[in-house]
Amino acid sequence: MEWDIVIGIETHVQLRTHSKQFSGASVAYGSEPNSQACLVSLAYPGVLPVLNKAAVDCAIRFGLATDASIARRSIFARKNYFYPDLPKGYQISQFELPIVNHGKLTIITKDQEKEVRILRAHLEEDAGKSLHGIVQGKTGIDLNRAGTPLLEIVTEPDMSSAEEAVVYAKKLHELVQWIGICDGNMQEGSFRCDVNVSVKKKGETKLGTRREIKNLNSFRFIKQAIDYEVNWQIETLEDGGKIDQATILFNPETGETRAMRSKEEANDYRYFPDPDLLPLEVTDAMIDKIKSTMPELPATIAERFEKELGLSSYDALELTSSREVTNFFTETIKFGSSAKLSANWILGSLFSQLKENDLSISSCPILPAQLAALIKRIEDQTISNNAAKKVFDALWQKPASEIDGLIDELGLKQISDSGAIDQIVDEVMQTNISMVDEFKSGKDKAFNALVGQVMKASKGKANPTQVSEILKKKLIN
Amino acid sequence: MINLSLKSLNQGLLEKKFSSVELTQFFLERVQKYNTDINAFITIDEEKSLAQAKYADTLIQSGKQSLLTGIPVAQKDIFCAAGWRTTCGSLMLDNFIAPYNATVIDKFNQVGAVNLGKTNMDEFAMGSSNETSYYGPVKNPWNHDLVPGGSSGGSAAAIAARLAPAATGTDTGGSIRQPASLCGFSGLKPTYGLVSRFGMIAFASSLDQAGPMAPSAEDCAALLNVMAGHDEKDSTSINHDKEDYLVNLDQSVKGLRIGVPKEFFEEGLDGQVQQVIEEALNTYKKMGAELINISLPNTHLAIPVYYVIAPAEASSNLSRYDGVRYGYRAKEYDDLMDMYFKTRQQGFGEEVKRRILIGTYVLSAGYYDAYYLKAQKIRQLISNDFKKAFQQCDVIMGPSAPSVAFKANEKKSDPLAMYLQDIYTISTNLAGLPGMSIPAGMVNNLPVGLQLIGNYFKESQMLNVAHAFQQETDWHQKVPKGVI
Repeated sequence: MEWDIVIGIETHVQLRTHSKQFSGASVAYGSEPNSQACLVSLAYPGVLPVLNKAAVDCAIRFGLATDASIARRSIFARKNYFYPDLPKGYQISQFELPIVNHGKLTIITKDQEKEVRILRAHLEEDAGKSLHGIVQGKTGIDLNRAGTPLLEIVTEPDMSSAEEAVVYAKKLHELVQWIGICDGNMQEGSFRCDVNVSVKKKGETKLGTRREIKNLNSFRFIKQAIDYEVNWQIETLEDGGKIDQATILFNPETGETRAMRSKEEANDYRYFPDPDLLPLEVTDAMIDKIKSTMPELPATIAERFEKELGLSSYDALELTSSREVTNFFTETIKFGSSAKLSANWILGSLFSQLKENDLSISSCPILPAQLAALIKRIEDQTISNNAAKKVFDALWQKPASEIDGLIDELGLKQISDSGAIDQIVDEVMQTNISMVDEFKSGKDKAFNALVGQVMKASKGKANPTQVSEILKKKLIN
Repeated sequence: MINLSLKSLNQGLLEKKFSSVELTQFFLERVQKYNTDINAFITIDEEKSLAQAKYADTLIQSGKQSLLTGIPVAQKDIFCAAGWRTTCGSLMLDNFIAPYNATVIDKFNQVGAVNLGKTNMDEFAMGSSNETSYYGPVKNPWNHDLVPGGSSGGSAAAIAARLAPAATGTDTGGSIRQPASLCGFSGLKPTYGLVSRFGMIAFASSLDQAGPMAPSAEDCAALLNVMAGHDEKDSTSINHDKEDYLVNLDQSVKGLRIGVPKEFFEEGLDGQVQQVIEEALNTYKKMGAELINISLPNTHLAIPVYYVIAPAEASSNLSRYDGVRYGYRAKEYDDLMDMYFKTRQQGFGEEVKRRILIGTYVLSAGYYDAYYLKAQKIRQLISNDFKKAFQQCDVIMGPSAPSVAFKANEKKSDPLAMYLQDIYTISTNLAGLPGMSIPAGMVNNLPVGLQLIGNYFKESQMLNVAHAFQQETDWHQKVPKGVI
């Protein structure tokens, strides 16, 4: 039986602010336990929350970056439950009226563009951490993280494979860093995904029952967890079983998922508007002010690349997948190399080398100036495209090299002197009389064979266009 | 010294008739003498109080004093005061030493007032008789068999017995005005947002408001001058222009339009209390005010609405008392859940647990719309009633409580009868309006309070109207037998 996979993602993005969501305590990572737990973080009797305006600005930035509507009035609610790392006994979050609604993010998978709809993004505060094993038989509580500002970004169930889910997560990860609202540090928990997965029979319109995989903090885990979960759900259904709604955890060591709690045990969070906080009012003036500080967005840049540089939309989107890639590309063409060739080289040879060596573009050994110099030698026909690949590989090995020196060193300079090519063509025609005869008797294929022989005789250095022209002239005469 | 107004005490301090240390000592001795009996204070700390008094004397000596410098003020034990045990009347916080000052406490400290001690109160301010306190009931100084009202019962008894010249209280549904009525002094609940709630232990956040308690309206004005003011640490605090509540006290009430809501004089109001209130209204008439019959048609819904909203907020506000970080923790338990259960079972009293249960219930999935959401809608209707009424009148008047002080244990086992004590006060909390109770007469030698309700931020006018009455009458100067 064939199955459709349906995936939606909720991402907790830790906002890049100096202080907590509702107090002045620092949010610096890695401090002594409880050294950043102020009276508000500790929920002392009588303390009150005061909203951090910087976090609101972050949410508005995100709304602007995803073409979303920004609510002029949103409400903070209390989500009530008991847990030792939740000091107030409730989390302040936005429930019925979030600050950001109905945005979108365009992703590319399998050379195709796809729009992922963002249902909402809301502001909330993080909980603290339970520390096990510090004191034998006891659990410690570290409230440094309690109250850290988060933006929870919720998509519609628009993704239909683990690959798409990962591409979306990567795209979102890049975007929140691009607009400066998150440091993107996944190890430290600044970007964590909850992934909702369900399957349904191919073509069926009704969605299947979903299970939510909690707290995935690497793209690899997202892929592994979804793959495992999808297989499990399909097997369960094909064996005649049924899926129960559940919250599940992924174990990176075994690569398996397991249920944390089922719906029957689910908490009733008793949400209600927090009477300690007034409704959050956002004015047009606030939005305009933030707009003026927004960097040019990837989508806008991509559009500009298409229009002004004549790139394909696929190339333009790929080149704007991260700020670093965009910078590398724009730096390169600043040195005067052709935009199309530069795009091809970055997305082709450069990316595959980076991938092979597990490097990010920011630690690329080849500099934009070098790549541009290489491309210019292709453009002025000093070297052929094939030769350029050899130069590129050599450059990767010896990153400090100067391009022209390297071309000489490798002896890859193209022969564009028509006298020299003339001579090689004559020689080849003399040693391959049968091929010349075949061509003359009407077999066009023989022409390509002869070009190949000329190239071979020139050790690949002859300018192929010139070779064709000269050969044609001689054969016809 | 015990029947001097705050202005006169200030005068005495300036004229060096007595120092702040002497004044503080005088009241501390009274507390020592009477508190065992009346139980108005939970915590007394002579050393701390006298240190503040000494500092106040240096302020006065160097001419840096203001009206309240050096004057002892009894603080309800709901306000966190740095270094002071702050219990909120509960075993849950029996061992809790506040590490910081509530804004209200800060403001009193800034003017050099002296913290005379922390007063008894219903547990977490939940009660109308001061019988739910973990620290035992407070006695009404007018008759020790009677309750002082609540929840600010300790502050109320302290004022009535003149154990303190001034006190603070908080009022969520009548907790300043009802005890003021039952103990015979002046108490004011300001407009919601006028006084900061920071550091005031929360009961129901959208209703809680701190206010002054003292013999006269003039004293209340002096206290409110210190307490009121915008506070960035409280997001619901309103940025209202600073006012001097003393300057308008002497204005005439001629032409004042007094709205008398018919719903405040229906079934449930004690006949003799009604008589006293009507006499007081007549006094105003004689002074040149105009009485206008008005209607607040949704008054009967105030109590049911309040007992949905207040417990809902309380159930959430009190979740932080879980035994994890501070306060009471059960001595023996098996695991985390067991620790939560036992801590909260043992640490909270019956009334608090009752309200946590009600609150949890009305917020539960499936009941939220029917109770909490509906209550919020009715709350709006109640506000609208007042809005309409204030188009016809300047101030609304009626009884503060349906009866005079009642016997201890009389209503303790009947929560509904107890809740009805606040029938005339609750609607102002729901609307966020300022309200006041002033002594208006006596029934069987027990005080009766007249309630004044003003429009938003009309504290100045309300205090003026109250002060005018106190210029004509001397009910606010009456003290229980044996007190002097």
